[in-house]
Amino acid sequence: MQKVCSLPEAISKHVQDGSAVVMGCGLESLIPFAAGYEMIRQRKKNLTLICPISDMQFDILIGAGCVKKVIAAWVGNVAAGLGHNFRRAMEEGVPNPLEIEEHSNFTIGLGLKAAAMGVSFLPTKTVRGSDFSASKQFRAVRCPFTDDELLAVRAIVPDVAILHVQRADSEGNAHVWGNLGVVVEAARAAKTVIVTCEELVDHDVILSDPNRTLIQGFLVSSVVHLPFGSHPSPTQGYARRDNDFYFDYHEKSRTREGFQRWLQKWVLDVKNHAGYLAELGEDRVRKLKPEGNLFSPPVSFNL
Amino acid sequence: MNYTRRELMVVAAAREIHDGEKVFVGMRLPLLGFAVAKELHAPNAIGLFENGVIRDWPALDPIFTMSDPPNVARSLYCGALLDVMGLLQSGRVDVGFIGGAEVDRFGNLNTHWVVENGKRIRLPGSGGAADIATLAGRCIIIMNHEKRRFQPRVHFITSPGYGDGGDWHQQKQLRGGGPSRVITSLGIFSFEPFSGEMVLSSFHPGVTVEEIRGQTGWPLRLSEDLHETPAPSAGELAAVRKYDPNAVWTS
Repeated sequence: MQKVCSLPEAISKHVQDGSAVVMGCGLESLIPFAAGYEMIRQRKKNLTLICPISDMQFDILIGAGCVKKVIAAWVGNVAAGLGHNFRRAMEEGVPNPLEIEEHSNFTIGLGLKAAAMGVSFLPTKTVRGSDFSASKQFRAVRCPFTDDELLAVRAIVPDVAILHVQRADSEGNAHVWGNLGVVVEAARAAKTVIVTCEELVDHDVILSDPNRTLIQGFLVSSVVHLPFGSHPSPTQGYARRDNDFYFDYHEKSRTREGFQRWLQKWVLDVKNHAGYLAELGEDRVRKLKPEGNLFSPPVSFNL
Repeated sequence: MNYTRRELMVVAAAREIHDGEKVFVGMRLPLLGFAVAKELHAPNAIGLFENGVIRDWPALDPIFTMSDPPNVARSLYCGALLDVMGLLQSGRVDVGFIGGAEVDRFGNLNTHWVVENGKRIRLPGSGGAADIATLAGRCIIIMNHEKRRFQPRVHFITSPGYGDGGDWHQQKQLRGGGPSRVITSLGIFSFEPFSGEMVLSSFHPGVTVEEIRGQTGWPLRLSEDLHETPAPSAGELAAVRKYDPNAVWTS
């Protein structure tokens, strides 16, 4: 079965109204912004979005009216501050009311890890004593061996994980490097995976460095070749962080009207990822490409 | 004064880091504090970041998030969030830095929601703060000192300190040691043993105790050895400015 496809095809096939989607798993890097924009263009509704911290992306999707529920530890704009759309949804129900399942970064990771390992919960010592630890995704339990009090974190099972990576082959076997956040846990927790990649490479490249094959193709349904698909978030070795883009969004989205104009310009009017890059302009894209000579020497797998 | 309050806060954060310690760094002022400590008195300190990065030297290029390429390149280790959180939970992390919108006299922090002019304001949530608060060997709170932020009781406990005070922390069997310091824009607090209550241990140069009392939402208690916060040395200031040359975080 051919897995390589266009971004609209991948989103249309695997993200349905009401789907639970985990995305932004690298934390502030590798965020699949292009995939999020396409979900907005396809007018997806009632989504559940899952992520530890969702640097700006969840705020955009919430403002666009795509989201019913968020399972997260933190929603906002990491460098700039509060998420204005998140606030409007939580405080005023604009554009629609939002449910939230509160977590810490650790407990989101544990929930995904539980699902990745096929168990219904994992125990932890974290967040005990916090007010949100009384919510129903957590349960106080006793260790059967030590009698210690622990907190059970319920498994989080996404319908789909959308993961941006440095390179993948046509089967979705993917090399990922840099900080990994919850990338590996998400790939294994979700029922299916969409990979968007900076480079589409031969299977032989994947086999040359198996320690770096963090996502296995048998978990993946669709592969999209999408250079700069994480913009404005960074992809180590391929794209720097576009800090101005985050600050500009923060200012523009202060009002609902300002956000709607931003959305029109950067998502709805540009039609697709190529149009988005054209809107950014060649100069800006060129300046975001990393330079230097930070290569690691090859490792030997000699027999 | 030839330095800003924020520079003093960074220096105060740096002074909390001892050589060889494993530090859950965070961003902004504590990130700079880690760099300053490494530069001066704690060359063997190790920094851990919840995105999975572990560093044995501070990134030289300015960064806005812990996942910015300069914080990843030339790091000691890049792995998963659960790797680093596992080190925290297993007691390998000596100290962590956190901030918040509100703190109360027992060092409980709130980053979930506050009430302003009768209206509920939604904030981003925990992130890793509740993990650091409940698991790190000790925890250092760093925040602006304003009365609306220094509440007798926080509206919501995101990151527990000493709860209701007294033996609350022991009763809850929390893994971490709890908050040890609060570094504010006006002074530095420590916590009284047994009661778990915040006491003022130093006031920054140019700040009066009365000013701090006026910005604190509960009856301020003073440490027996209350003193002026030592001003940054020339070496400390040079280190801060090396890592924040454009004063993005410290102006």
